[in-house]
Amino acid sequence: MLCEDVLEDLSAFLDDELDPVRSREIQHHLDGCVACAEAFGQMKDLAGRLRSEAPYHRAPDSLRARVSQAAWKDASRSRVAGQLVAARGWLGAAAAIVAVVGGAWFFTSLQRQERLGSMEREVVSSHIRSLMASHLTDIASTDQHTVKPWFNGKLDFSPPVPELSTSGYPLIGGRLDYLRGRPVAALVYQHRKHWINVFIWPDEEAADSETPPRTQKGYHVILETHGGMAYWIVSDLNSEELSAFARLLVTGR
Amino acid sequence: MTHERKTETVGTKRYLSPRELDRFNECVLPYVDAAHNLARYLLRDAHDAEDAVQDAFLRAIRHFDGFRGSDGRAWLLSIVRNTCFTRLQGRRSIGENVEFDEEVHTVEEAAPGPEVELARKATAQSVHEGLERLAVEFREVLVLRELEGLSYKEIAQVSGVPIGTVMSRLARGRKQLLLILVPGPKENG
Repeated sequence: MLCEDVLEDLSAFLDDELDPVRSREIQHHLDGCVACAEAFGQMKDLAGRLRSEAPYHRAPDSLRARVSQAAWKDASRSRVAGQLVAARGWLGAAAAIVAVVGGAWFFTSLQRQERLGSMEREVVSSHIRSLMASHLTDIASTDQHTVKPWFNGKLDFSPPVPELSTSGYPLIGGRLDYLRGRPVAALVYQHRKHWINVFIWPDEEAADSETPPRTQKGYHVILETHGGMAYWIVSDLNSEELSAFARLLVTGR
Repeated sequence: MTHERKTETVGTKRYLSPRELDRFNECVLPYVDAAHNLARYLLRDAHDAEDAVQDAFLRAIRHFDGFRGSDGRAWLLSIVRNTCFTRLQGRRSIGENVEFDEEVHTVEEAAPGPEVELARKATAQSVHEGLERLAVEFREVLVLRELEGLSYKEIAQVSGVPIGTVMSRLARGRKQLLLILVPGPKENG
């Protein structure tokens, strides 16, 4: 085999994108040809350097927020615009009233959604901040009897700190966080390589409920209210496992 | 202007439904980092890259009904890539200095001569600098392969060229990069 032909295919060989027969031929040639083997070594080094030295430009948070907002705004427009246009086209005055009423109803539901949405954004930002600043915990301990008393005197309530390590969610620690201008408890759990932040504060008026997982900037967010406490749970863990964790956390089952 | 767009878009549908929004957030939004990284390398300008990513996302939202499957990465990146290339063409047509991009572009078909010339013209101290000096077509495939870890098939989808072209662009891109790069600190020879 000619070195020239081998050199041609080295790049695809490196990427493991050649068919098996050709790949074996190249390997065989490299085993016996010092010059080609050296060229291959250089190419491999280059790939390694690209991966380790070339910077990966992550999106700034502001951009992330803008594109996520754009999708949300687009979707919220479809319902308002769709309703109004359909109504006007149909029945004139009577339908216009329906549209106004429907619009008003929609507007309040939109506001509610917006409120939840802004809370969600705050919770996710807090999650991201805790990971970025490597300030995950103020008190690092896998022991609930160490973490729970630590909150004494720091909060005007005592957050539940369930022990879930036997179910695969070891406690990592606790942290004091601020959301909506009030101090809240943040518990950190781990599942495989994923961090889970749980923000807890009292919400005595709310009935027990669970909102299905929603996605915000690529993170999943679940709101649970249980026993007069609101739990905001956020992680990059997939939504099924995060739902299972949420249930386990509040009900123990 | 906004009014015009609105009626046009309502008439032909095209706002995300709630279900589509969830799917968008699940399948496309997580790749905003990949989108930004690609745009940054293609355009070599932080401000332009952010603008391009935002444009690309607006297009992705508008054309989301054309998205099939569950992995939005290649789909999104192809939109980002096209947005960036349109911008690059815009830069060229207003006569901005684009270094030796066009020259290198023609190297695709040419004899080995120009590559030697290239090496003489430009030496790079770091892989980053070297990468930035490559013609945009080579930079593109190298970023998608080495930084994004895409397969040839996925790169072909993003760039809109046959797999064979991906293969030859990667081979040439690597060859050129090795030529202009001064030996790295880790090399022992």
